[in-house]
Amino acid sequence: MNQTYAVAAVTAVVLATVLIGALGLRVSRTTSDFYVASRTAGPRLNAAAISGEYLSAASFLGIAGLVLVQGPAMLWYPVGYTAGYLVLLVLVAAPLRRSGAYTLSDFAEARLESRRVRRLASLFVVGIGWLYLLPQLQGAGLTLEILTGAPDWVGGLLVALVVTCTVAAGGMRSITFVQAFQYWLKLTALLVPAFFLVAAWYGDGAPRARFDAPAVLREHTVVRVADTVRIALDAPLTLTVTGTVDAVRYEERSVTLDPGAHHVGGGTVLALPPGTAVPERRAEGADPLGWSQPLAGGRDGHQLYATYGLILATFLGTMGLPHVAVRFYTSPHGRAARRTTLVVLGLIGAFYLLPALYGALGRIYAPELALTGSADAAVLVLPDRILGGALGDVLGACLAGGAFAAFLSTASGLTMSVAGVLAQDVLPSRAVRHFRLATPLATAVPLAVGVAASKVPVADAVGLAFAVSASSFCPLLVLGIWWRRLTPPGAAAGLLLGGGSALAAVMATRAGLAPAGWPHTLMAWPAVWSVPLGFLTMVLVSLATPRSVPAGTAATLARLHLPERFTAPVPAQEARR
Amino acid sequence: MSGIVWAAASAAGAVLLAAGVVLGRLTAPRGGRAADLDLGTPVERATFHTLHTASLAAPPLRAGLTEETARRAARPLRSLLGTEALCLTDGTAVLAWDGPGEGHHHGGVPDLAAGTLETGRSRSAPTGCADPGCDLRWAVTAPLTGEEGVLGALVAYGPRESAVLVRAATEVARWVSVQLELAELDRSRTRMVEAEIRALRAQISPHFIFNSLAAIASFVRTDPERARDLLLEFADFTRYSFRRHGDFAQLADELRAIEQYLALAGARFGDRLKVTLQIAPEVLPVALPFLCLQPLVENAVKHGLQDRERGCRVTIAARDAGAEAVVTVEDDGVGMDPERLRAVLRGEHPGGSGIGLSNVDERLRQVYGPEHGLVIETGVGAGMKVTARFPKYRPGVHPSRTR
Repeated sequence: MNQTYAVAAVTAVVLATVLIGALGLRVSRTTSDFYVASRTAGPRLNAAAISGEYLSAASFLGIAGLVLVQGPAMLWYPVGYTAGYLVLLVLVAAPLRRSGAYTLSDFAEARLESRRVRRLASLFVVGIGWLYLLPQLQGAGLTLEILTGAPDWVGGLLVALVVTCTVAAGGMRSITFVQAFQYWLKLTALLVPAFFLVAAWYGDGAPRARFDAPAVLREHTVVRVADTVRIALDAPLTLTVTGTVDAVRYEERSVTLDPGAHHVGGGTVLALPPGTAVPERRAEGADPLGWSQPLAGGRDGHQLYATYGLILATFLGTMGLPHVAVRFYTSPHGRAARRTTLVVLGLIGAFYLLPALYGALGRIYAPELALTGSADAAVLVLPDRILGGALGDVLGACLAGGAFAAFLSTASGLTMSVAGVLAQDVLPSRAVRHFRLATPLATAVPLAVGVAASKVPVADAVGLAFAVSASSFCPLLVLGIWWRRLTPPGAAAGLLLGGGSALAAVMATRAGLAPAGWPHTLMAWPAVWSVPLGFLTMVLVSLATPRSVPAGTAATLARLHLPERFTAPVPAQEARR
Repeated sequence: MSGIVWAAASAAGAVLLAAGVVLGRLTAPRGGRAADLDLGTPVERATFHTLHTASLAAPPLRAGLTEETARRAARPLRSLLGTEALCLTDGTAVLAWDGPGEGHHHGGVPDLAAGTLETGRSRSAPTGCADPGCDLRWAVTAPLTGEEGVLGALVAYGPRESAVLVRAATEVARWVSVQLELAELDRSRTRMVEAEIRALRAQISPHFIFNSLAAIASFVRTDPERARDLLLEFADFTRYSFRRHGDFAQLADELRAIEQYLALAGARFGDRLKVTLQIAPEVLPVALPFLCLQPLVENAVKHGLQDRERGCRVTIAARDAGAEAVVTVEDDGVGMDPERLRAVLRGEHPGGSGIGLSNVDERLRQVYGPEHGLVIETGVGAGMKVTARFPKYRPGVHPSRTR
């Protein structure tokens, strides 16, 4: 791949982001434009901003990679990422806006009138934010590694630096415009190459992705296996090996492997002739399920459980993501917040058609990525693989730019939320200075963990953040909005038990402490048990402490549920018309 | 299949865990009560018990004498007196009754209390109960007094005439009266703070009204259309400024008021006044104290146009800063000596100028705390830049309906 184009595209995206962020409002306006200047962000602009911030590395790269490796089952990810907004729309959007809360901690305080619950909620905001930042930085590292061959921590460091500097310097002044721009940039960056790729695929005789059999290589392919893998063969395979296979060292030797399981050492280079079936990469105790099974999480078996875990986490987790909640504040009133969510559903739904397409194309043209363990790169290498030449380079650069837009927008949104909460509730006193101090802290922790921790597919890692959010903030928001008997002790116990257990399980999984088999599945997909646990604890403890129901509950709930017409102002310009 | 078993097992575990938490909470107070088993002599313990009972009755009474508070205070008061039954009345109706016999003694309370309410003195009288099984033979009525005389009466019932009960009831009634007086004190203090905030709410100056009407009058002949528009702006602006209810408004509404103000000021000063706006849409829904920006703009216009033939530019910017909105109002006018400005903000008003600034500063500190006062950068001849920071969320700060 031509580095020059890609580096130019990434630089352009970074510069555009910083410039729009800093200069977006420097347009002078005169008195006659007062009306224009004081107009609130409409649902469409705001929805594009929410979508721009939401579509992260997981969406841009991760889903295509997972579809490539594990098949259509992984489409549960985009379905879940989108459907989360449906739940948000129906249950949370308008009341959350009407509560006047800016962050989720604010909501906890407004509803429960308790500083302690607020502080607890802040800890979870920070935890979820870091869990979500981690895969963004890792994804950036992977992208830069593929583009330029730099070590995998460079990309993460670059994104962390850019984000920290712009956020700490107050550069994200017109964040709504920046994020809306990022949405359209990401959509274009995926859509335009998709047209060329589909045209090329059609010109190639429209080969079909093979869903049940192992993918077949179309040309002579050289694969470098990064980590030691266990592969399974159904038929004898002849290939050229440089490195270690089954504890035997080879130097560019032609080897024929018998059917069965083989260990390929890390750093081994395999040269596969065209027409070979790509060996299946497989973990211990895997279920030999085909590519077309409609179930997720194939690593341990137990796909049905894992699929439900994924569905619960993504459907209920969206509402508790710190960077999503703060964007709703920009809506002028509850009705606009609801309309915004509806537009977000449309925008995100449209976007998610594309990663699936890239995944399927990747299965046809770059199946060996499944073996190397860097399937997240599928989107980036496809133009080079299918089209090649200058056109491939330009389109590849376009995708690289889009991917960096994804890292930057999500990471900056998350960093702002996490740093805001750190400065307000965790660090000792409230001041602008503390926000500047909190920003490097907000990015440094996930950056450090990202360098140290094991690599997990980007979409999987994001799923963990969703699981924690679904078990902590979903009960808090849903019960807080719809149940008048919720008490501060109940909310605190639910957050600690539901969210805390999910967080602990997720951390243990990421640290590699979970034992294989069922315990691993339970801990890697905690939502199935932790969401009911969170709800149940909140309800039971609240019922046991009826005297702690906050005094202002009736007034708060009235404000959450009545249209602003009865409780608060209609924006001036709307009232005039 | 095993997936369902596991799910069921984990759900059962969750139930057990939650039940444990509930059980722990329910049993915790019992363990606490067992701790004060051997503390002091019987007399001391009786004193502690009395003080504790009195402390239970105090919080409801501190909220004033109403049916709700009387109901919550009646039980501890009765156990304090150790009588058969106790009743609290406000002179017109029975507020609360604790103990037996409410059914047939209820009607007699106004007659019993009438004498005490009139004279303000305790008295003891037979109830004349027709039911031989009823223990409530004698009633002691003691007055509950506040600042404005007798508020009600405490009626304690006993089986026989007793000087001890009269003394005890009078003392308890006096104690209740002290609590009620404290309640009144609380209320008047709250009222005073409210009155202060209301007084601090910015007022539009009479000068502004005269000047605006004069400017509009000058257009009536030459440009009737513009005069009409200006009158409408004037009407809108005054309606907004004179609204009575609600201490907070949205930034969008405040900007609208500023627009009307600037339209009127523009009519007076013409081309000499230029305005630049930089408003981030993210901060328009922020709630902020009512009419706290207009004085800053008025101040900027006044300073910008003072002693100058050439015009002035006023820049109003509102930007997003994480959990806060930052609003700056800047002019390139004559500026101010920082020493003089400090005096103005301290509340000394040489020459009467700058009342708006100190007023806004004080209100912001009252609502958001001392770290949210105005930040003013100025120097003689260097213009003035006023920065105000508004938290996007603060408990109790909600914009109210404006128009």
